[in-house]
Amino acid sequence: MAIGVKIVERPIEDVSYVRAMFRGMALTVKHLFDVNGRVTTQYPEEKSPISPRWRGTHRMLTTETGKARCVACGLCPTVCPANCIKLVPGEDEEGNRYPLVFEIDEFRCIFCGYCQEVCPEEAIHVGRHYENSEYSREGFVYDLQRLMDQTHPVCEMWDPEDPKGQ
Amino acid sequence: MNALHGVNALYEAIDPNNTPVSGGAFLIFTIVKMLIIFTVYMVGVAMLTLAERKISAWIQDRHGPNRVGKGWLQPAADGLKNFMKEETMPAGVNKPLFVLAPILSFIPALTGWCVIPFGAPVATRWGRVDLVLADLPVGFLFILALTSLGVYGIVLAGWSSNNKYALLGGLRSSAQMVSYEISMGMSTIPVLLLAGNVSLNSIINQQAWGGWNVINLTVAFFIFMVAAFAETNRLPFDLPEAESELIAGYHTEYSAMKFSLFFIAEYASMVTASALMATLFFGGWDVPFTAHDNIGPYSGWLSLLSVFIFLGKILFFLFVFMWIRWTLPRFRYDQLMSLGWKFMLPLALIYIVLIAAVLLGLSAAGSRFQQGAWQAAILGSVNVIFVIVLFAILDRGRIISPAYGRMHPKEVERLRRLDRRKRVAVEAVR
Repeated sequence: MAIGVKIVERPIEDVSYVRAMFRGMALTVKHLFDVNGRVTTQYPEEKSPISPRWRGTHRMLTTETGKARCVACGLCPTVCPANCIKLVPGEDEEGNRYPLVFEIDEFRCIFCGYCQEVCPEEAIHVGRHYENSEYSREGFVYDLQRLMDQTHPVCEMWDPEDPKGQ
Repeated sequence: MNALHGVNALYEAIDPNNTPVSGGAFLIFTIVKMLIIFTVYMVGVAMLTLAERKISAWIQDRHGPNRVGKGWLQPAADGLKNFMKEETMPAGVNKPLFVLAPILSFIPALTGWCVIPFGAPVATRWGRVDLVLADLPVGFLFILALTSLGVYGIVLAGWSSNNKYALLGGLRSSAQMVSYEISMGMSTIPVLLLAGNVSLNSIINQQAWGGWNVINLTVAFFIFMVAAFAETNRLPFDLPEAESELIAGYHTEYSAMKFSLFFIAEYASMVTASALMATLFFGGWDVPFTAHDNIGPYSGWLSLLSVFIFLGKILFFLFVFMWIRWTLPRFRYDQLMSLGWKFMLPLALIYIVLIAAVLLGLSAAGSRFQQGAWQAAILGSVNVIFVIVLFAILDRGRIISPAYGRMHPKEVERLRRLDRRKRVAVEAVR
């Protein structure tokens, strides 16, 4: 009678903890034998599907001749909010611009996808890929060759005409 | 049961193989039994940790450990890890007691097994070998004494750690184990009344003739099981560890093999408690519908079968331990205490009086009521009535006191009136 709390009178099947206990035991044993109900994804062997708009590891697309499509216009380093793209432009004999140095620091990158959105040549992309572990910090600075060597599918950008991606 | 001992003595007289082994053979057989029990026990405890993780995973719709050797080698990997880990020794601990505590909790859990009979006797060339390490005439009392020693390990661990959480865990466990020790001891007295003996083998033999005790003494089994859960610190009575409140309770400061010893001790005492439940209430190793395993002539195959029957019963109870652990939430501390002292202990005492009165009545009614079908029928019907009454009381709920008290109806009415008047006043202001 220390604390005066009002007691709600409930029907006996609600307050009986003997019945509640048996109900609980029945529930757990049902799950125990529910072999098809296991929900864990066995990660390295099976992977959960990711969205087509997933923005992961970068990828540089190439032309038919195997060169990078990048024309070193400098839009992506300008738009990048994390300042993670390093671009040094160069020019060949015919006056075509190409990137002398193109590096992306995956550690600094916030995977906003602005670089893909701004690119006039559709060269740099963020991709549907997320397993990029390394043994050193330096390994996370991807140079042009490494960006071109990536093979994963690229991100499909959000389309205002088709907001749900159908 | 005097008739049984007479028959046994008769067989011993007829069959020289039926006399117990003695001398050097006894020593060798005991050593072999010790090695076998210790190995099976330790491997079994290791596999139990895997079983616990698997069962918890399945109940929670997960897969559980399945990496190291498809999961089967997980206990070995855990053991290896525990050997390789650093043994921490916090600065403020009381060193001797800190080292002693895991040992103190490990040994009593292990020693309890030496008096539990795990199979029918085997007849060998050198005589009869009882499948029990030490057939103590005071077997059951020995186990009660040992299990109450287990609390020292936990309390000392909590105190010597010099950690407030560990100390709280140790204090809780001492209160809990001391409280439930009493109802545990009391709940077995009806069993001992029926068997007329405290030797575990004679309790098993009595059940072979008079039916399993769980049928005649269901309430005693119920009390014993709840007390066993509290004694082994398993959920819903795992207040000494209570992760959500006390970090890890009494073994917060322990690491590596010292921590592992507490873990092994918990599972070992679970096995012992399961074996006790099987022995006291479920007929132990007795093979049903045959008397050869009880009075001979003994055969090796029947003994093997009885060992497996006993193992099966133990495994069943271990499963129940785990099943309940992953179903029921933890008791609050005051609920634990009031369940132990206000419900279990009086119930156990009432039950002793009831069973003693029935047995006294049976013996007064004449010798033909004292054993066999009549005794079983009367005890069984008394039991059914008592279980129904108890279940009805339990079903009402609120036996273990909640933190609130019942309000007087007048007080409720006054509060409601007050509330109504306030609402009217608010309406009027608007």
